[in-house]
Amino acid sequence: MVTEPLSQRSNAEPKMRARDVSVFYGDKKAIDAVSIDIPSEYVTAFIGPSGCGKSTFLRAFNRMNDTIASARVEGTIELDGEDIYKSGMDVVQLRARVGMVFQKPNPFPKSIYENVAYGPRIHGFAEGKADLDAIVERSLRRAGLWEEVKDRLAESGTALSGGQQQRLCIARAIAVEPEVILMDEPCSALDPIATAKIEELIDELRGRYAIVIVTHSMQQAARVSQRTAFFHLGSLIEFGETSQIFTTPRESRTQDYITGRYG
Amino acid sequence: MVEHTVKAFDEDITRLRGLIAEMGGLAELAIQEALEALVTGNEELAQQVVDRDKKLDRLEGEIDAMVVRLLALRAPLADDLREIIAALKIAGMVERIGDYSKNIAKRVGRIEGRGRFEPLTLLASMGELAAEMVHDVLTAYAARDPLSAREVIERDAKVDAFYDSVFRNLVTHMMENPATISSAAQLLFVARNLERIGDHATNVAEMVHFAAVGHYPTDIER
Repeated sequence: MVTEPLSQRSNAEPKMRARDVSVFYGDKKAIDAVSIDIPSEYVTAFIGPSGCGKSTFLRAFNRMNDTIASARVEGTIELDGEDIYKSGMDVVQLRARVGMVFQKPNPFPKSIYENVAYGPRIHGFAEGKADLDAIVERSLRRAGLWEEVKDRLAESGTALSGGQQQRLCIARAIAVEPEVILMDEPCSALDPIATAKIEELIDELRGRYAIVIVTHSMQQAARVSQRTAFFHLGSLIEFGETSQIFTTPRESRTQDYITGRYG
Repeated sequence: MVEHTVKAFDEDITRLRGLIAEMGGLAELAIQEALEALVTGNEELAQQVVDRDKKLDRLEGEIDAMVVRLLALRAPLADDLREIIAALKIAGMVERIGDYSKNIAKRVGRIEGRGRFEPLTLLASMGELAAEMVHDVLTAYAARDPLSAREVIERDAKVDAFYDSVFRNLVTHMMENPATISSAAQLLFVARNLERIGDHATNVAEMVHFAAVGHYPTDIER
C-alpha cells in the first residue's frame, strides 16, 4: 500500500485510527488487514469496485457490522484513542458519536420535527421543549434544509423529495452532535441537483466533523474529498491526497480503476 | 497499456495521437523545406511551405474540438487526463513551429546575393538540428518515453549556441559589407525563428514527460 503524506497535514491525533483491521463474513474475509487514519479536518473518500469491501470497512467504524450475525472483526479501531471493540463499549453511545447516512434516505415514518428530535431526546441532550426546538432548528439549518421545511415541521418526513429526505437524514445524524459522520453512497439515489446540494453540504460540514464517504462516482470523490483511499479485493491499495490520486496515482491498479480500465 | 472497458474511448485516444503525429510530420517537413528553399533560393518550394501551413492550422482546430469533446464526455482521469491535456498543448506548440517555418519561407524571396552569405550554411545546419529535435520529440511522444524527451530538452542548448554564433557572424558580415544589411537582417530573423522552434520542441518534450510520468522534468524527482 502506498501512503502519501498530506502537505498541510496537522500534527493533531487522527480522530479515528484503524490498525490491521480484517472483517470476516463467516469464513470469507471481506477486508484484509487494513490500517488507516481518519483525520478530523478532512473528508476521506473510500473508492473501489463493487465487492472490494469499502462499505464493509466503513460499517466497522461504528460497529454496524454487529447487526450481521456471521460478521467478525479483527484488529483495532480507535475513536480518540479508545478501542471501540473493547468489551463494555456502549454501542448506542458510539453510534451517536459516529453517525451514519445510508445509500437510500431512510427517514422515520414520523414528522420532520420528530425525525430530528428523536436522537437528542433519547440521548438526553435537550432540557425542555425550547432547547429541543433549538437543536432541531440548528440541525436542519446545518443540513441546509431549514428554509425548505420550517413551515411544515409537522408533516411526515417521508413526504419530502429524495434529496430533502437525505438532508433530513443528515440533520438527524448531526442532531446528536457526532464527531464522525460515515456516508455510504449518500447520493446514489439522487438526481444531479440534489446530489450537488448534498456535496455542498458535505463541504460545509467539513471541519466540524470528520467525514468518511463511500462513493462509486470518481467525480464525486474528486469533488468532495481531500483524501482518497482505493480498495481492491479487500485490501487498501493506495491512500493519499485526492488531487494526487486522480492526477498521478502511484499504483497501476488505482490508475486502471479510476480511468475505467478495470476488467 | 491496458484497454479501457469502453472501447470507443481507446479509439478516440488513438485518433487523437494520430492527429498529433500527423501535425508533427508536417511541421518537420515544413522546417526542412523552408531551409532548403532558403539555401537554394527556390521560391516555388517556399510558397508550398506557406500554403501547406493551413493544413497544420486545420489539424490544430480538429484536435482542440476533439479535446473539448473528450473532456466533456469522458471526464478523463489520471494518465488519460494528462494525455489529453498534453495533446491540447502539444498541438498548439506544433502549430507555432509551423508558423515559424512559414515565416522562414516568406523571407526566401528577400535574400539577395545568396552566394556571398557564409552564414547560410550555418543556418542550414541549425535548421537540421531543430528539425531533428521536432522529429525526435514526436518519436518520444509516440513511445510515451520520458527519457527520450529529456534527451531532446538537453539538445536545445546546441540550438541556442548556434543562434549566438549565427548572430555574431551576421553582425560581422553587416559591418564589413553594409550593402548586405537588408538581406542579413532577414537571416537574423530566420535564425531567431529556428531558435524559437528549438524552444517549442523543448516545451513539447516537457509535455511528453508530464503525460508519461505526471510531473515536469524540471520538478524534483519524487
